[in-house]
Amino acid sequence: MSESDDDRAVWAELFGLEAPPSEEDQAPRRRGLLGRLRENLSRPRQTISPQLAGIFAPRLITEDVWDELEEALIVADCGVDASLALVEELREQAGEGRITNGTELAGALAAAVGRQMAPDPPRIPLTASPTVILVVGVNGSGKTTSVGKLAHRLSELGQKVVIGAADTFRAAAIDQLAVWADRSGAQLVRQAPGADPGAVAFDAVSSAKARGADVVLVDTAGRLQTQRNLMEELRKVAAVVGKADPGAPHETLLVLDSTTGQNGLSQARLFGEAVPLTGVVLTKLDGTAKGGIAVAISRELGTPIKLAGVGEKLEDLRPFDARVYAQAIFSAPE
Amino acid sequence: MFDSLSDKLQSAFAGLRGKGKLTEADIDVAMRAIRLSLLEADVNMGVVRQFTKAIGERAKGAEVMQSLTPDQQVVKIVNEELTSLMGQANVGMPTSPRPPTVVLMAGLQGSGKTTCCAKLARHYAQQGRAPMLVACDVHRPAAAQQLAVLGEQVGVPVYREDGTDAVGIASRGIAEAKAKVRDLVIVDTAGRTVIDEAMMDELVRVRDAVKPTAVVLVLDAMTGQTAVEVATAFQEAVQFDGAILTKLDGDARGGAALSVRATTGRPIYFVGTGEKVEALEPFHPDRMASRILGMGDVLSLIERAQQTVDVDDARAMEKKILGGGMTLEDFANQLKQVRKMGPVGQLLGMMPGFGKMKQLKDVEVDEKQLDRVQAIISSMTPSERRRPEIINGSRRQRIAAGSGTTVQEVNQLLAQFKQMRKLMKRFGKGGLPPIPGT
Repeated sequence: MSESDDDRAVWAELFGLEAPPSEEDQAPRRRGLLGRLRENLSRPRQTISPQLAGIFAPRLITEDVWDELEEALIVADCGVDASLALVEELREQAGEGRITNGTELAGALAAAVGRQMAPDPPRIPLTASPTVILVVGVNGSGKTTSVGKLAHRLSELGQKVVIGAADTFRAAAIDQLAVWADRSGAQLVRQAPGADPGAVAFDAVSSAKARGADVVLVDTAGRLQTQRNLMEELRKVAAVVGKADPGAPHETLLVLDSTTGQNGLSQARLFGEAVPLTGVVLTKLDGTAKGGIAVAISRELGTPIKLAGVGEKLEDLRPFDARVYAQAIFSAPE
Repeated sequence: MFDSLSDKLQSAFAGLRGKGKLTEADIDVAMRAIRLSLLEADVNMGVVRQFTKAIGERAKGAEVMQSLTPDQQVVKIVNEELTSLMGQANVGMPTSPRPPTVVLMAGLQGSGKTTCCAKLARHYAQQGRAPMLVACDVHRPAAAQQLAVLGEQVGVPVYREDGTDAVGIASRGIAEAKAKVRDLVIVDTAGRTVIDEAMMDELVRVRDAVKPTAVVLVLDAMTGQTAVEVATAFQEAVQFDGAILTKLDGDARGGAALSVRATTGRPIYFVGTGEKVEALEPFHPDRMASRILGMGDVLSLIERAQQTVDVDDARAMEKKILGGGMTLEDFANQLKQVRKMGPVGQLLGMMPGFGKMKQLKDVEVDEKQLDRVQAIISSMTPSERRRPEIINGSRRQRIAAGSGTTVQEVNQLLAQFKQMRKLMKRFGKGGLPPIPGT
């Protein structure tokens, strides 16, 4: 069974599409992402902190373990509040006798983190036609690359994709997207650099409707969440999309760089105020970056993580599997 | 920027204020608060430990315990330690005694390398240097195109090639720069994660090919605890000489700045403060420290003002304004000049004390509102601007129509202007109105 068959099945599940013919079972696909993450995480410099390995050693839990765990979570960028809350939760379980040694602690932590980040398996149902997916985030988080990879996956599954190049600000952003559109066979709707992003988004949705496309991916310009006027512009893009097709955008994904620290919370909060978010795409989870801020985001705002990217290659973007993530990031290596 | 850290430190010190004398337990409480606030500001755990230890020890010394104003003593110590942690003074990027100076840019994906290249080129071109850009990001689609567009924007030539041989492009770029007698070459490279050995190896080979005067690490100010890991890995691989901190115009607390400086000992040359190519400022560690402590950044503000405001004009204007003789024309000019220095909200953040004022916390400067004000004034005739009192009902209607606003908005502006003129006259006579919150 090939890697690409296996990939396709996972993506079909995410989009609620018919799984393509394949003789896959579940086990190898789990090994797919877990293996890749582990592979990254287990390279010499990138093992999970030696601290965590120590905490998860199969010895009895002592009082020191809780302080060490708290520090380890903070070092993973989970933030002070979320880390304290997680430690508290696990401590209670230990008090009830459900955690007695490091191995159990590792399992319980992974479970707690998983519950937090994606209580249900992520879904991006393509029920509307076209389904409009708006992609937003700060500069350099990986929006354009994520849009390109999504377009490729959707095309592979036989979906007709239109990409709206609504990042009309960054130099050559449209050219970058054109390369991706070309690779995936998606149709690119573009205007000149500096054009009104709302107009581009409107065109993309109208064009998709006219051509009977299944999915519209709208790439937007990166903006820092504190830039009021640019956030206002984003709100307008979403409103205009809604005018072209009532009910749209059906999904609004925040692309979040895993190396982001506590500022990620502010990003999720302020982007969410401008355009209600349906999910987070966690990019660049290469092993040095643990993306713990996503734990804080899902805890505080309830926004689920839907996709995760471990690297630059096309197959490195995957539907988010909270259990696999938590095991790879927060558990003792096998 | 750094608002939250200064807020936190201030609330930590609020507990110390007004007590007169401190106990060791008091100081421990303050140190815990400082520790948490630094962690929330993304300062690296190891650096935080070092930092709070140093401060704690000094704070328990006699200079604080016996002081009548212990809180100010602690603030002073924190300020001093922060400054020494970030380096004492601004360090400039080195230049080669034998031109061209070659600068190699490196960093993670999305840290802002390409934009920084253009900003640097513009910065040095303005100082009379002759920069050239070399596009060696052969991995991200259209990266070379992006650099070409930016190069054109800042009026700096860009060397680019098709193909994927970053090392070859880099060497030929340097040769081209020498042939064209450019004295500064800025080499853009692909973003890479530090665990990608093949990519890190490519960077090493590019470095060996161009023999840079300085290797510059471009680091996102929003980076979390990984900042240290990333910086250390780049240091091991290519021994970078200094860093540029990007995206500092957002609300990131920027602990990465502290962490990188403290662990690698490398200076931060510049900070990126906006999307536009001119948004690049020298990094001043001492100013950053006072900024973190909520003491404002008056020096940066003054510097910006000096760049945009003509001093003689400003003096003449001051006289006129304080004499109560300001016209709407003057007002529009003033507004234009202030806005040239940057978004008004950002300017307010640099003023000392503003971080402390609760009342101003939620004040948002609506740049659109300012646009409307400018539109309204532009729709007036010169005589209306000079003598606003002649603006009657029908003139108001015409102005509103001309500026795309409503008569109410015109009325509001005129009323506010009248108020302001009165206030300024009082200022001029020395009757300062009380400033809220002080």
